[in-house]
Amino acid sequence: MTNYKSEPLKCWQKAKELRDKYYKDYQTAHERGGIRWTGGAWSFDAIPYGLGDDVYPLTGEPYAASIAFMKDFSLECLEATEAKGWARDLCAYMRNYWGSMYLNKWAFGGEFPKADFAWQDHICCSHGKWDQHVAEYENIPYFCIDVSVGPHKDLDDPKLLYVVDQMHEGIEFLEKATGREYDDEKLIAAVNDECRQTSTWAEICVLNKHKPAPLDEKSMYSLYVFSTLSKAKKEYADFYEEVRDEMKDRIARGVAALPTERCRLISDTQPPWAFLSVFRYLEKFGAVSVGSLYTFSLVGIWEDKPDGTWGPRTTPEQAGIKIETRDQALRILADWNLSKPEWQHFYDPTLKTKMMKRIYDEWDLDGIMLHLNRGCEGLSCGIMENHWGLTDMGVPVMSFEGNMGDSREFDEARTMDRIDSFMERLDLKKIS
Amino acid sequence: MFTQFQEWYDKRHEYAKDWKQRTGGKVMGCFCSYVPEEMLVAGNILPVRILGSHEPQNVTEPYIFGMYCPFCRDVLAQGLKGRYDYLDGITLSQSCIHLRQSYVAWREHVGVPFDYYLYMPNKVQARAATPYLKSELVKYKAHIEEINGRELTDADLDAGIAAVNRNRELMHKVYEFRKGDTPKLTGLEAMYMTVSSTWIDKEEHSAEIEKVLEQLPDRQVTRDTGARLMLVGSEDDDVSFIDMIESVGATVVVDDHCTGTRYFWNSVVPDDDRLMAIADRYVKRPPCPTKDWEERWRFPHILELCKNFDVQGAVIIQQKFCDPHECDIMPLREAFVKSDIPSLFLEFDVTVPIGQFKVRVEAFLEMIGSEDLF
Repeated sequence: MTNYKSEPLKCWQKAKELRDKYYKDYQTAHERGGIRWTGGAWSFDAIPYGLGDDVYPLTGEPYAASIAFMKDFSLECLEATEAKGWARDLCAYMRNYWGSMYLNKWAFGGEFPKADFAWQDHICCSHGKWDQHVAEYENIPYFCIDVSVGPHKDLDDPKLLYVVDQMHEGIEFLEKATGREYDDEKLIAAVNDECRQTSTWAEICVLNKHKPAPLDEKSMYSLYVFSTLSKAKKEYADFYEEVRDEMKDRIARGVAALPTERCRLISDTQPPWAFLSVFRYLEKFGAVSVGSLYTFSLVGIWEDKPDGTWGPRTTPEQAGIKIETRDQALRILADWNLSKPEWQHFYDPTLKTKMMKRIYDEWDLDGIMLHLNRGCEGLSCGIMENHWGLTDMGVPVMSFEGNMGDSREFDEARTMDRIDSFMERLDLKKIS
Repeated sequence: MFTQFQEWYDKRHEYAKDWKQRTGGKVMGCFCSYVPEEMLVAGNILPVRILGSHEPQNVTEPYIFGMYCPFCRDVLAQGLKGRYDYLDGITLSQSCIHLRQSYVAWREHVGVPFDYYLYMPNKVQARAATPYLKSELVKYKAHIEEINGRELTDADLDAGIAAVNRNRELMHKVYEFRKGDTPKLTGLEAMYMTVSSTWIDKEEHSAEIEKVLEQLPDRQVTRDTGARLMLVGSEDDDVSFIDMIESVGATVVVDDHCTGTRYFWNSVVPDDDRLMAIADRYVKRPPCPTKDWEERWRFPHILELCKNFDVQGAVIIQQKFCDPHECDIMPLREAFVKSDIPSLFLEFDVTVPIGQFKVRVEAFLEMIGSEDLF
């Protein structure tokens, strides 16, 4: 059996520093006269950057994922939310976030920093309501953009205009909420940075087609997070270019994420954050998860390449498009985000099945693990249809129930048992 | 007086099949109350809202993960069991993610000649919502024309708008008879009327309401009104539940359900731009919680209903796992508290535990009644 060379990621330390800085910057923004806004990982975060260079977002999902990773604090947050009377089956991210807010406890120490305004977009039944409650509880202004215009393949001008008009309305809101004058040049720069960042992330994921994979999904979680924190931040776009170059270097030198790689998988939806041990367990069989539709395309933006493969979407700058006006910037931003693969299956799970099959083929996989995630109604939407569709196409599929943000809804031992059965089905035995 | 509505409620499928045979028209299954019925009626298509049957079922688990609401699974079960085998098409008007899955699974595993996903905007408070919805209705009009093989003219649309508006206005008139000290009808009777209007030919339904309206003023009500209650929450066509409530010393005098007032409360304001007028009606109707943000339009409307119908207490019901309503219930209860309206919260499933709920409703009614003692 081949044993590949492996080594730690060189970018790892910088990733940790950047992430710490993100939360520290948000926490201390007011000390520097800056602005804080709260919202979602899917928010059009390029737009608030038009207010200045001292604008700091707090995106609820990755913040809540951090809480979920801290099992004890998460339980405290969840119980605080339940004590207010909210249902236990609501979005687990939302419940962790609300709990942290109610307890006035910041996951990284200190008090929960109150935002100056909320800036959200509505993708599932919970998103518009999440910050409606935050805005009421914290008594802050709130704006939310609806993106429910259907899959990108059916996008036409009226659909695009509906989203773009809300963006224009949102800029009026931002000026009113902050008293600041809006700077279109900063918006244009942010849109270009967002396209560069999210396209580069897709480029990184494409490099994982290589055998052995230079990156495993568990490590990927610590890297893809930057685009969930701020898609439009220049610093993160630059960082992704460093990561991409490191991946190319690892491929050139034959460096693998898992030295014993002999089985390639992908997962689906957010993982149970308190139980990333699942991925370590796979390694005992020589199995590596090389990503997922979720890690590839929650933030990555993709397109069909001339050779028929799936690759990073060509950015406006790469296409020679110079953005000159606010409206042009907003149109590009709307179209760019509406093409996000992870948005498509909110309307039709068959689209997701096709994308997963495509990944299965192009990344040369051996199977797919579906996380029936009770914590997220959006990403679990249609997941049973995905199971059917993939199985019908001959893809080996295993499923396990869990919850990305509520550790009480995850049975670790049972999940490991299911993995054992799946590995047996794939004719794999533990290496040691 | 309301027996015809009850019969229509009980024999919905027989009615639709018979309607199809005698009119030669087509039947459209509607997921959600945001489907613009005016346009279907304009095309001589019978809009039939697809609801569950309140029976335990075991056919939907392979298609919808168990964390989604029992209503969406009960709806799909009806298709999988072949109970709507007479449908010529299905339309989903975009609302919650739960029901979206019933639509897709129906399309994939039940099959129907025509299917359509109407992209109803979720941000009804956006200034672009009405013109955007109009642009989607233009496409839906083309779909109806494809089904019928003929153009949908302005005259057709006018007739469709008039028929549906008339039905709404007549139901409003009936609801007026629930306002007095002694309501002339029970909540159960009102439910039979409103729910059946979601699948009965509008002209026939309206004609029946007119008969009722002739008799209602002189109706002698012998039952005690008891506590005047509002029912509020998720989809609710559970007649056994409302019957139980009204058997223990209460009368349901008004509701906020998508099978009740949210379905018919506002009308289309006629305009030369027919589709814009229809779009405006659906954007401005009392919203489902999934569309009620950033501001809350829903709560002031509910409190206004409470005031107008002299409500003494509210029973909040929620389909288990219904995220949109779960996100509204806590702030709604606070809004009730601020308005001195006691409320009782109950979680629904496909079937409801009538015995347990009866105990809780009785306790709630005692609580409301006790205020009079002191």
